[in-house]
Amino acid sequence: MQLLMFYIFGLGAVLSATLMVTNIKPVTAAMNLIMTMFFLAGIYVLLDAHLIAALQIIVYAGAIMVLFLFVILLLNVHEKEGETARRKVVIQFGSIAIVGSLFIIIAHLAVIYPSAVKVITDTAYEFGTTKAVGKMLFTDFLLPFEIASFLLLAAIVGAVILAKRRIDDSE
Amino acid sequence: MAANLIESIVKILFIFSVNIGFFSPILGWVERKQSALMQDRVGANRADVCGFTLIGLFHPIADAIKVLTKEDFIPEGADRLFHTIAPFISLTPAIITFAVIPFGGQYELFGHHVNLIIADLDVGILFVFAFASLASFGSVLAGWSSNNNWSFLGGLRASAQMLSYEVVMGLNIIGVIMVYGTLRLSQIGAMQADFFNWGIFLQPVGFVLFFTCAIAENKRAPFDVAEAESELVAGYFTEYSGMKFVMFWMGEFLEIVTIGALVTTMFFGAWHLPFVSDQMLLNYFRFAGPNGAASLAIVVNIITFFSKVIFFIWLQMTIRWTLPRFRYDQVMRLGWKMFLPIALINIFITGVVILAK
Repeated sequence: MQLLMFYIFGLGAVLSATLMVTNIKPVTAAMNLIMTMFFLAGIYVLLDAHLIAALQIIVYAGAIMVLFLFVILLLNVHEKEGETARRKVVIQFGSIAIVGSLFIIIAHLAVIYPSAVKVITDTAYEFGTTKAVGKMLFTDFLLPFEIASFLLLAAIVGAVILAKRRIDDSE
Repeated sequence: MAANLIESIVKILFIFSVNIGFFSPILGWVERKQSALMQDRVGANRADVCGFTLIGLFHPIADAIKVLTKEDFIPEGADRLFHTIAPFISLTPAIITFAVIPFGGQYELFGHHVNLIIADLDVGILFVFAFASLASFGSVLAGWSSNNNWSFLGGLRASAQMLSYEVVMGLNIIGVIMVYGTLRLSQIGAMQADFFNWGIFLQPVGFVLFFTCAIAENKRAPFDVAEAESELVAGYFTEYSGMKFVMFWMGEFLEIVTIGALVTTMFFGAWHLPFVSDQMLLNYFRFAGPNGAASLAIVVNIITFFSKVIFFIWLQMTIRWTLPRFRYDQVMRLGWKMFLPIALINIFITGVVILAK
């Protein structure tokens, strides 16, 4: 049953991702990206990472993609932008193949040299639950977590400064 | 295994029939009657069967027959695919979110453990948010695919408004999560067995903000700039007819119910009567034997829960017909410059209080 679900989600993710890069309509491409996010969330659920799955949908599908769609609609991106994409289909498939094979190589390396990858075997708290993820973020991985939040803060400040400069110029 | 399956199916059928079969048709009637009452009119009362009008209660049936037989119109130049799926995208999240909302406690019934919630997920409240945030795609796509400037403006307004208020709503939830220490809605409900533990006492500011943001998220007056009929005809669903048009309305009505249920669960003691815990109910119904007591307690739980939900539905209807519409810039200013800072301060104070305890 789980394997069947995995194949459905995996196939769906690959298919919608392919449709996303090959489609010439910006809105259709964006909707396909949302589909990809959904299938990925499904795979996370299969991996017992319920929190990550929920966050994936809230942050990516719910917030970021709405902004994407908003920008596409507001700037009125036309299909001619998609035409340039169509001419590069070979490059797109080539890059997909390269990244995919790189991923497979890394996965194989991880199997050959298990010491290179840190596998979380700590079963003190239930894996994938909100509690477990929260505890890990604020104990073992506090520094990376704080650095990531600092980066996000920098991005927010940068966005405000950029927007403010434009408002000042227009006056 | 079989018992679990039967339990799940019964719960799903129950919630489905309550939501789709009862609330969504009846709320259309309630909205008409409520507006009529508040504007000193009689309201819909013409549909009759053999001369009986039943204070207009046949109107939902008449409406259903009308919309099902209407022409399904897709305007010239519209994107057919997205024009068709947009109503489905707005309706589905409203139905799905009820899966993680508990409508009663946990009981032993005929040796089987019954938990009155369809899916007791660990991420509970986040699941509601994940799917509620998808509803905005429905309105954006509806506005864009209709190939109509009014629809388009409505869709843009809807997306900006829903995105802004989602942020504040998420921050409000954090206060609730901090107080109860869990995302699981069934646990949040169970912790409110004690009357003074109700969310309204622990998070009063959170309740006001959450309720307001939820109404804004649902795009109902005073936040209905996305469909503002005096400016945009009907906003993002101007170009819809028949069943698809009604699906937007069903989505809105079901969201009213979901908002009522969420507010009840997080701030008003979920399925608990004030000062009465589940154990006290079981003791009170002891005369009916263990199974009888459990079933009676379940019935009391469900009635209590849905009475509270109905109260909040009524409150939302009253607000809708009382307040005039905000201007678009006012909606945005309210969300970003007032609610967001208040929500952040609320989180800060909640943290300080929890630390001080």
